[in-house]
Amino acid sequence: MLHVLAQQDPGELEAGLTAVGRGIVYGGAAIGPGIGIGLVVGNAITAMARQPEAAGMVRTTMFLGIAFTEALALFGFVLAFIISG
Amino acid sequence: MILGLEFPPISHLVEWPTLFGGDVFGVNKVVLLMWLSVAIVFGLFYAGTRQPKLVPTGVQNVAESAVEFVDEQIVLQTTGPDGRGYMPFLLTLFTFIFVCNIWELIPLVQMPVTARMALPMFMAIVVWFVYIITGIRHQGFFGYFKNAAIPPGVPKAILPLVAFIELLGILITRPFALAVRLFANLLAGHLLLVTFAVITQALFTTTIIGAALPLALLIFLMGFELLVAFLQAYIFTILAAVYIDSSLHPEH
Repeated sequence: MLHVLAQQDPGELEAGLTAVGRGIVYGGAAIGPGIGIGLVVGNAITAMARQPEAAGMVRTTMFLGIAFTEALALFGFVLAFIISG
Repeated sequence: MILGLEFPPISHLVEWPTLFGGDVFGVNKVVLLMWLSVAIVFGLFYAGTRQPKLVPTGVQNVAESAVEFVDEQIVLQTTGPDGRGYMPFLLTLFTFIFVCNIWELIPLVQMPVTARMALPMFMAIVVWFVYIITGIRHQGFFGYFKNAAIPPGVPKAILPLVAFIELLGILITRPFALAVRLFANLLAGHLLLVTFAVITQALFTTTIIGAALPLALLIFLMGFELLVAFLQAYIFTILAAVYIDSSLHPEH
């Protein structure tokens, strides 16, 4: 195993690690916002089902909530591109 | 190389060669599209309001529904009637961003202008100036920053931390997040469409039946991206309106 690793070209290893890092950064950044958007939309749907006459107001607030939550995932997305070997 | 097909590097997908002009002021496809978007938005509202009729037809219909949407769904929902003075600004933001986004889906163009950081950042900075200046005009310089930094009902012990976070949010995080949200959404959409287009093309030359699935997904994604283009314009505008509202009406 070790001599296989030793024969590896260091540049290739670095490129591979960069790719792994990008995956981890984006994957990690997507977990929290995924849960968050689920909570926001789920509760908004509950609110709309209970009070259909307030649906317009709930929808506006829901999009605001989504926008704030989603921003974190997008930071991760951008950061994944910024990381370079 | 992904799945045995040649995927172009990211820089080939969003960077275009300079057509004319110098280093800093070089004009490429994206800049041309931005100018075209400006012309389209200007033309829409110029043609729509030049000879207004009681029963709207054609272009006037489009212009009026855009105005009505921004008025009812964005201004009245966030700032209330006080914010109607900011209506032209928000309307321009909404229509301009929407036209810039929609280039993503126009055949033979297929490049969203907002997938380059320059335009979202510039618009976010404009929004930043608008809400800071509005706040200073309505609450005074110290009043605005005092109201913004010290939310009501915060215990004294953690007040310095809260004030620091709130000020950081107003001065840096808000415009940064506003710009990155628009930019990253459109860049992600562009990459998604490119990916499926590349897969379809690669499969099309070998097996036509195999290309049917990615092609169907591509068409579905284009519909999805239409939604995203609209939603991001809406979210950018409504957040600008929310920030303006926080400058107009401080929390008590």
